[in-house]
Amino acid sequence: MNDYEVIIGLEVHAELSTNTKIYCNCTTEFGADPNTHCCPICTGMPGTLPVLNEKVVEYAVKAGLAMNCEISRFSKQDRKNYFYPDLPKAYQISQYDLPLCEHGNIEITVGKDKEKYKKNIGITRIHIEEDAGKLIHDAFTGDTLVDLNRCAVPLIEIVSEPDIRSADEAVAYMQTLKSILEYLEVCDCKMQEGSLRCDVNLSVRKRGQKEFGTRTETKNLNSFRAIYNSIEFEIKRQIEVLENGGKIIQETRRFDDVKNIGYAMRTKENADDYRYFPEPDLAPIVLSEEYIEKIKNALPEMPHIKKERYMSKYGLPEYDAEQLTASKYVAKFFEEANDICNNPKAVSNWIMSDLFRLLNENEIEITSCKITSENLAKLILLIDKGTISSKIAKQIFEEMFENGKNPEDIVKEKGMTQISDENAIKEMVEKVVSNNPQSVTDYKAGKDRALGFLVGQIMKETKGKANPQIVNKMLIEILNK
Amino acid sequence: MDLYSLTLTDIAKKIKDKEVSIKEVLDSVYSRIEEVEPKVDAYITLTQSQAYERAEKLQQKLDNNEDIGILGGVPIAIKDNICTKGVKTTCASRMLENYTPIYDATVIKKLEDAGAIVIGKTNMDEFAMGSSTETSYIKKTKNPWDLTRVPGGSSGGSAAVVSSDMAFAALGSDTGGSIRQPASYCSVVGLKPTYGLISRFGLIAFASSLDQIGPFTKTVEDAALMLNVISGHDKMDTTSANLEKVDYLKAIVNDVKGKVIGIPTDFITDGINKDVREAYDKAIDTLKNVGAKIQEIKLEYAKYSLATYYIIATAEASSNLGRYDGIRYGYRAKDFEDLDDLYYKSRTEGFGAEVKRRIMLGTYVLSSGYYDAYYKRAQQVRTLIIENFKEAFKLCDSILIPTAPNTAFKFGEKSENPLEMYLEDIYTVPVNIAGLPAISIPGGFDSENMPIGIQFIANSFEEEKLLNIAYTFEQNTDYYKNKPNI
Repeated sequence: MNDYEVIIGLEVHAELSTNTKIYCNCTTEFGADPNTHCCPICTGMPGTLPVLNEKVVEYAVKAGLAMNCEISRFSKQDRKNYFYPDLPKAYQISQYDLPLCEHGNIEITVGKDKEKYKKNIGITRIHIEEDAGKLIHDAFTGDTLVDLNRCAVPLIEIVSEPDIRSADEAVAYMQTLKSILEYLEVCDCKMQEGSLRCDVNLSVRKRGQKEFGTRTETKNLNSFRAIYNSIEFEIKRQIEVLENGGKIIQETRRFDDVKNIGYAMRTKENADDYRYFPEPDLAPIVLSEEYIEKIKNALPEMPHIKKERYMSKYGLPEYDAEQLTASKYVAKFFEEANDICNNPKAVSNWIMSDLFRLLNENEIEITSCKITSENLAKLILLIDKGTISSKIAKQIFEEMFENGKNPEDIVKEKGMTQISDENAIKEMVEKVVSNNPQSVTDYKAGKDRALGFLVGQIMKETKGKANPQIVNKMLIEILNK
Repeated sequence: MDLYSLTLTDIAKKIKDKEVSIKEVLDSVYSRIEEVEPKVDAYITLTQSQAYERAEKLQQKLDNNEDIGILGGVPIAIKDNICTKGVKTTCASRMLENYTPIYDATVIKKLEDAGAIVIGKTNMDEFAMGSSTETSYIKKTKNPWDLTRVPGGSSGGSAAVVSSDMAFAALGSDTGGSIRQPASYCSVVGLKPTYGLISRFGLIAFASSLDQIGPFTKTVEDAALMLNVISGHDKMDTTSANLEKVDYLKAIVNDVKGKVIGIPTDFITDGINKDVREAYDKAIDTLKNVGAKIQEIKLEYAKYSLATYYIIATAEASSNLGRYDGIRYGYRAKDFEDLDDLYYKSRTEGFGAEVKRRIMLGTYVLSSGYYDAYYKRAQQVRTLIIENFKEAFKLCDSILIPTAPNTAFKFGEKSENPLEMYLEDIYTVPVNIAGLPAISIPGGFDSENMPIGIQFIANSFEEEKLLNIAYTFEQNTDYYKNKPNI
């Protein structure tokens, strides 16, 4: 396997989060009843004409600038012609030879710890286009139904150079893109809803070989796992074919996420001829210097800049800063919580350990999490003031995750306030000591483990509410008497 | 005199002055239709019930002395490729034989805002592809001047209804001459405005970069009146020009002294009918006599217009007509095996021969490997033709050429030979290629008493100049006063 080099290029489709569609006033909202978010224009009724939504251009230019692209001062839209029931005009309005953005690049970070490295991935182009509708196959009747709600939802297609060399790099690239698009607020990046998806172009060649091998295209991958697994699958498949003396056929492929296998859809031998030509119903897009400058000046702080700031301002380690800034929403959560409790390390730890674990286990996004940044800050303040122990705090955190309650209320309701009264603790310590003479003997004989046992007994008595520092102090005092 | 035979301007005035009721006007037109339509077959759909309903409302308003618009109560016919909400819009195709749009074209809204009443939808070549209205799937429209001849096309129905007094005016569409050529064949005024002057929203597309809606009328003054109503920017059509509103009636002045008329001697060559040539020469004399200067000009690339046109128009058409696939609306074949078969059969059965020919041509010129040789080259030639006209208009105010090389031909005479049919558009097509305004007005009759049209062309958005010159020519000739004996 090491004899081969893998060449990967990604075509990423990102649905833009404009309120309305690209050529009409229909809403882009997801999840409505079929065929309720459409009109004569987006359903391609005879006689209708498209009118370009200016927000689409603005969002695409934002993405282009954030990815270091050259922005075309003059670009146009073209028709891509093909028949399919989800495409009511029988052509998709896209951009062919004059895209809005070209020649960009983004930096990705691949791997962890010692194996970590940075790499630049070239962006060939970013262009605007319209999405197609959806076909729904009814397994019972065998009918195929068409839902045109998604028709003409605006997309940008981001095409990378063939600079990617592994599944890890592809995932890192996709994560970086996602993070940039989120920061720009041009795409909601909900991969499971298909608002961010990608096609993988992949070929392999013997190391040292100059020309590229024949490539295949695996379409419509909409999770990081699917991207990773489909690439691993396809690398293995292509190498096996070549090792057995076979030839790679240029083809379009699909990947079954559940069964973890890829399969061919159609060969590209009779390459699709989309008969592109300039869209006569739309004027060229001409952008002024002022327009581009204005967008450039309004770009938000991008993740890599934010990361540097977290390291210098909050003294966070690079890894933490990177994890917190990868998602705009996580960074926002972090900053909001820290603004209240002013304990960046604690906020960072809570997010990176407990919060990420729970989000992962429950497969939810931070944006739909019930714990608010304010409540996390309150929890941290309760610890800092000594009202609760960090152990109790973990229990409270789980409950907050379940029901979104204010930690102060949980503490009150359940009487979880930490016992820090020295007299009360002393009483308990004395009781435990007198009930466990064997442990006392063991301790005095130098067995440190006995101390832990006794602390445990006290915590059990107090249901974990006793302040552990005071318990320790008291216990040693009494034992050493 | 019967009401139906009046001009648009006169009938609008009579209604406004309450000399006649709107119902009387409708009665007059519909009874004329009852009498003549069986011979001419120009309407695909008549909309009496809606028309009378609308007439009643307008009359009430008028009786209350409210403003009913400059076309208040005037019956108008619409080519059947312009969408009318709730009224079938067929494009004279089997594919859309039962298609009813759920929205109105912008021009329909504008007409109705001005008080006009839509009385019916007119026949045409299928999807506006043709020069004789013979490619209609629905019916054969006859030329009111000679029922054995074609009315021209593709807006043959609209030309015929105005010519035979079955409407005071009609809308047509002109992609390569589809308003001017039938206007010429039927002896009415046909105006093709500058590309972008009138919204195309709701015009079922044939070739988007060439299509333009325009009026058929009985006089040049009526054309100016229609233009006042239907022109103007539309935010639903980004190719429509955003210009200041002009009152075209101000151009209706009988005076062309000092105006320079360009004669493209290198373009008008031998392929032209002798009678048409005579009428053309006579038109030059008429203009000279009223004080216009005659200037020879060159249009060296105009002769490539037809070749350019049949590449660009068919390329766009092949894409525009892709949506008729039998899935959502329109004709769907009854028996099919799978999706491809559904597409294949629906389109095979739903489209006529000329439409298929153009879809195939257009698909071919856009396909990879041929794009550069055809489509791209055609776009380059298009630029040259535009430049040609620009240069010409430095020397003259308007260019005068015949509308068509021949007068109306007999049914079937050219339908077997598409190339011969295409040649009928030789003088009209360059105007669409360059996006210019042009008007065809009655300019004489041939030895068999068939009408001959004379065409004036002006520079972009110079409709005022065009109307002024056309009006002066009209007022100094009598051709427009002749009516077919039907």
